[in-house]
Amino acid sequence: MTALIYPADAKVRLELTVNGERRVGEAEPRMLLVHFIREVLGLTGTHVGCDTSNCGACTVVLNGRAVKSCTVFAVQANGGSLLTVEGLARKGRLHPIQEGFWEKHGLQCGYCTPGMMMAAYDLLQKSPNPTEEEIRRGISGNLCRCTGYVKIVEAIEYAAQKLRSDPSWRSGGD
Amino acid sequence: MVKVVKTRVEFEGRFRDEYTVVEGEPLEGWSPKSGLKIVGRPHPRVDGAAKVTGSAKYTHDVYLPGMVYGKFLRSPYAHAKITHIDASEAEGLPGVLGVYTYKNAATLGFGGAEKVFKQEVTYQGDVVALVLAQDESVAEDALELIRVEYEPLRPLVDPEEIMGLDSSKDRIVGPKLYERGDLEKGFAEADVIVEESFKTQAALHNCMETHGSVAHWEGDNLVVHTSTQSVFNVRSALSEELGIPQSKIRVVSEFMGGGFGSKFGAGEYTVVAAAAARLLGRPVRIVLDRVEENLATGNRSQTVQWVKIGAKRDGRITAIHLKGLVNVGEDGWVADLGGPAKMMYHCPNVKVELYGVKTNLVSSTAFRAPGYVEGDFALESAVDELARRLNMDPLELRLLNYATRDPVTNSEYSSKALREAYLKGAELIGWRSEPRVVRDGAKIRAKGVAGAIWWGGGGPPAYAEVKVNADGGVTVLTATQDIGTGTRTALAQIAAEELGLPFSSVRVVLGDTITELRSPGSGGSQTLASMGPAVRAAAHDAKNQLLEIASQVYDVAKERLTIREGSIFRSDGSVLCSVGELLGNLGDFSVTGRGAREPNQEGYMVNTFAAQFAEVEVDTETGTLRVLRLVSVHDSGMVVNPLTFTSQVEGGVIMGMGYALWEGRLVDGESGVVINPNLNDYLVARCSDVGEITPTYVEPEDPHTNSLGVKGIGEPPIIGVAPAIANALREAIGVRLRELPFTPERVYSAIKGINPRPTTAKYL
Repeated sequence: MTALIYPADAKVRLELTVNGERRVGEAEPRMLLVHFIREVLGLTGTHVGCDTSNCGACTVVLNGRAVKSCTVFAVQANGGSLLTVEGLARKGRLHPIQEGFWEKHGLQCGYCTPGMMMAAYDLLQKSPNPTEEEIRRGISGNLCRCTGYVKIVEAIEYAAQKLRSDPSWRSGGD
Repeated sequence: MVKVVKTRVEFEGRFRDEYTVVEGEPLEGWSPKSGLKIVGRPHPRVDGAAKVTGSAKYTHDVYLPGMVYGKFLRSPYAHAKITHIDASEAEGLPGVLGVYTYKNAATLGFGGAEKVFKQEVTYQGDVVALVLAQDESVAEDALELIRVEYEPLRPLVDPEEIMGLDSSKDRIVGPKLYERGDLEKGFAEADVIVEESFKTQAALHNCMETHGSVAHWEGDNLVVHTSTQSVFNVRSALSEELGIPQSKIRVVSEFMGGGFGSKFGAGEYTVVAAAAARLLGRPVRIVLDRVEENLATGNRSQTVQWVKIGAKRDGRITAIHLKGLVNVGEDGWVADLGGPAKMMYHCPNVKVELYGVKTNLVSSTAFRAPGYVEGDFALESAVDELARRLNMDPLELRLLNYATRDPVTNSEYSSKALREAYLKGAELIGWRSEPRVVRDGAKIRAKGVAGAIWWGGGGPPAYAEVKVNADGGVTVLTATQDIGTGTRTALAQIAAEELGLPFSSVRVVLGDTITELRSPGSGGSQTLASMGPAVRAAAHDAKNQLLEIASQVYDVAKERLTIREGSIFRSDGSVLCSVGELLGNLGDFSVTGRGAREPNQEGYMVNTFAAQFAEVEVDTETGTLRVLRLVSVHDSGMVVNPLTFTSQVEGGVIMGMGYALWEGRLVDGESGVVINPNLNDYLVARCSDVGEITPTYVEPEDPHTNSLGVKGIGEPPIIGVAPAIANALREAIGVRLRELPFTPERVYSAIKGINPRPTTAKYL
């Protein structure tokens, strides 16, 4: 099998909005978005768990939708708007989802947590008042090996309630 | 006064003697009745902010300037000889800094190079070559340019097949034997005998953070960031392999993404990264991908077990015989499947014979209650069959044969409240108040029970320091790890409680050998029971010093002073000063308290227990099995934090459900190739798969285990889940399933009385 090898000068210049800021960076066309986020943008809160889109540890919100950033090329995000875990809090205030995961103990080792929260962010945007079943379905693309999910579901219920009662979190952010 | 004490210490059922250095007098034990204010409360995690903001740095998140990426080329064959290997094209690729195979591995400069890089590969995933490159994609490109020719050899992967081969006697380890009483006499006395055979599958840990390390040198000092359950194990392995003193090595594991038993050693990736970093004079990062993780880092052993139990007509068990085969892979360890058979029941006549079988699969390793999960499935399924034969309620049978002393040593338990746990669980699941089986069209719901026993008493050596800083803030220093269980939080609670300072003022530093505070590995359900008392002792020492200082500064007798909520009080209840004021006025002096885990008390057996009840629903048209409810009641001594405690139980239970229903390494019996080494095909539980979990506890006072009265909780929740589900399934469909996992195909076939279609794929 012949390997596909790009010379170093094949790098593409990308410009996108990341957590509300304009950022530029270079990526080979084959570079996955998750590696761009971690290695070029230096945002290591977004994790890699499986490389095959099964675990969801790399979930981010791209152009308003949750995506597994290991299944998107960095170049596909060019010109877009990206929200990662680092952009959830606003002006030093934790986002209700972050608050919920902390307060309700929706984490153990914490490795899956950023991806889990970004999936929850997407879910609560689409469905501000989800049933437990909708929450469970909504995050079933994200694996957690530690918690048994019980407290993650409670964390998202907590966040949903908080978001409904505090409209200041409703607009913008990504 | 420093005192050296020799004491017996247990780890996962294996005992060894340890010396420990203790200072100070033993502390009065805590219990649920001690009126504690911080311990026993549901405090959210002290590291919660770091984890929800993405600022927690895991090994995977360590990127250093000039860092080099290491990648392994791994064998696609389960057994083969490399007849030709040519790395020249890979070496010539721009950005590649080195390629190593068995031919030049010695130049990497570590002791065991020839054991890592071999000409004959003995399992799929065995190391063939290493590439070092300036970035990960170049390293991956280079892997594809290494030309390897293999001569495939016949792999042996199935222990049952190997036991029948005369030519493979050298692959059999053991037998490991245990015997008490007179087995034949026990069976002769029995009115009823059940004989059952069971198979359990290999399970893969699948920690969310894969194994990995980043190594760099500062002069002749090595610094390694690694995802590990034991920074000291990693350090001693590096010292040995690299030939440098331990004091020149610093191992750091500040945050780590799960271990479950798979991350106790250094691993070849760590040693190779450190050696390569020395050679290149640059940091080297080696992080395994998910497939490597599942092929090359170990697994829970596959087992085959035969269980024979004899009982009197009234239900008293007279004899238990367990024979087991344990697939240990290339060179793994024979996990003690016999634990439950030896320890669960008051039975005078017991024999256990275990055979390890070496196969062309990766070496097996510890995985959450190793051996006991597998053994409990067999024993507790067989006990359920015995109850049927005796026409007894399975819960009554368990209570009838309840062991009130440890049957192996005849010692007293430090505490045992399993009976209370059974009764509480029975109440919660409606064991007696509701029908055991309910039919609803094609669906059947039914309940089952299983008991579990495990270790988790902890012990020395474990040391800690507690510093009370000039502003009243507290730093707890240890070198234990928080593998996700909540160790930081529990230790902060213990320090705050003992000191009388606010929980919010405590910071816990861990996962770093630079403290030189010897700490046990985070496993065996023993972190809290080992480290907690050391932290309490250190906090006690610090408190004593604070009171002594206050006594001298304010000229008040020390005995008349106490510390509460950050202030020092006189015995009349008036405030003398705050701790911050006291130390601030001393020129910003900070107090350092030192503490050691006290020796274990002699003569007591420290065990943890669980009673687990499952309610399942079987769809008889599809064979789909769903666990509607799982009630898990634990005796783990006093509970330090109900939030972390129940989270451990929920996580253990769901892992047990995965083991019962979905998880299992599938191996092609002919080629020895693993069919599902990824998270697409190896199924771990998702949020939508799980029903209701009810985690709870009985909380016995335990004055014999340690100064906190605590026992472990990491492993017990997984142990009885599979047999509780198996027994519920048997109740539902009237047929006993004896092989895990209970896939829809197996359940459906059992209901219809047909054999599943044969394939070469096996759960091995």
